[in-house]
Amino acid sequence: MSERVRIALTVNGTPREGEVEPRAHLCDFLRHSLHLTGTHMGCEHGVCGACTVLLDGESVRSCLTLAVQARGRAVTTIEGVALPDGTLHPIQEALSAHHGLQCGYCTPGVVMTLIELQRDLDGGPADEASVRRALAGNLCRCTGYQGMVDAALSVLNAAPRAAAQ
Amino acid sequence: MKAAPFAYHAPATKAEALDMLAGLDDARVLAGGQSLLPMMNLRLAGPTHLIDLNGVPELAGISRAGDALVIGTMTRQRAAERAALVHEACPLLAEAMEHVGFQQTRNRGTVGGSIAHMDPTAEIPVAASALDAMLTVESAAGARQFPIGELAEGYLMTQIAPDEMLTRVALRLWPKGHGHAFEEVTRRGESFCVVCVAALATLDASGAFSRLAIAIGGLAEAPVRLSGIEADLVGARADQDAFRAAGAAAGALAADEAPFAPPAYKRHLAGVLTERALARAAGRARRAAA
Repeated sequence: MSERVRIALTVNGTPREGEVEPRAHLCDFLRHSLHLTGTHMGCEHGVCGACTVLLDGESVRSCLTLAVQARGRAVTTIEGVALPDGTLHPIQEALSAHHGLQCGYCTPGVVMTLIELQRDLDGGPADEASVRRALAGNLCRCTGYQGMVDAALSVLNAAPRAAAQ
Repeated sequence: MKAAPFAYHAPATKAEALDMLAGLDDARVLAGGQSLLPMMNLRLAGPTHLIDLNGVPELAGISRAGDALVIGTMTRQRAAERAALVHEACPLLAEAMEHVGFQQTRNRGTVGGSIAHMDPTAEIPVAASALDAMLTVESAAGARQFPIGELAEGYLMTQIAPDEMLTRVALRLWPKGHGHAFEEVTRRGESFCVVCVAALATLDASGAFSRLAIAIGGLAEAPVRLSGIEADLVGARADQDAFRAAGAAAGALAADEAPFAPPAYKRHLAGVLTERALARAAGRARRAAA
């Protein structure tokens, strides 16, 4: 009854293929089939946000998106955020500089959320409330949010040249 | 946990989806999946067939038809939250949408999915109730319409039959110059509310209510409209006494047991939030008239 389905999609700019059971969610497909283990599985029912990835540029819970639903679409994971030479994305750099992570379990999801926020703001100013609102969907249980907020504001409100990458 | 196995179907048109619903036993339609997929992962739901509506573009879209705002069932919550038409014609829905789930779930979650799922604490059904939503459900045999007040038949249970699906939500628009407000209390920032209240009001030239609507979520299986006090307050001055009277009426409603909120607390919240929401809605209507 649950036949495997072949899917083709783009992950971090690279065409990928796989065969999945329909019930497999995108997070398991990324981790188990593509071995992209940077996307973390937390609660598996949409509460924690650790598994957040970008689907055609929009942040989504990869545990609440079926792998078959990503057919023909573009997925960005934390592995696709830094430059190929290893240079961190400004948001990753800022999280490190502002102590925005400790154990790092929630961090991949936090980075994806902040990348979407950065794109949505489109160079417009960010205030603390909008950053906290965006991060409400990412649970952190060790560092706390102040470092993340400081990091996000430092990037989002940086001069355009400094923020560009 | 992982969902139990199911057969996956991806129709490309509404007609195809309705045919599948008519022909398959134990089938569920998958809208945004932000409620159904958690239930499947937790094995609280385990349909044999899953009919994915995400590839049916005709089921999404927002348009104005006379004095109604018509929202296709698959319209993403984030799309409704951002639509200029919603902000301009139906600001109550825009304000309610800010409280729905998280940015990451609103990107997938749909307006129709939330209404068809009918979580007792969901904000969209409450706003839709205040806006006298008329729902269209369809099956292969045809379409029928009914008001949102007739949707719920119990907790997470609706009158939508197994071979039917919600396809359209029509919200009755209020005249220019009306006031609106959405209030809620949550246990933790942005998350499920304990109680939420939607209020709409128009004032006449003397500053008295000419029309109002108040809907409350979180107390029972479905949103409750304060029809009695809505009628009583028409013609009354929109002042603190009126706001308090509405709050008292809300605080006297029945409230069910919930794991984290005893009925007395929910009734208290209903009273406070109703008073607050109506005051804010009336204030907006007054400023619009000035």
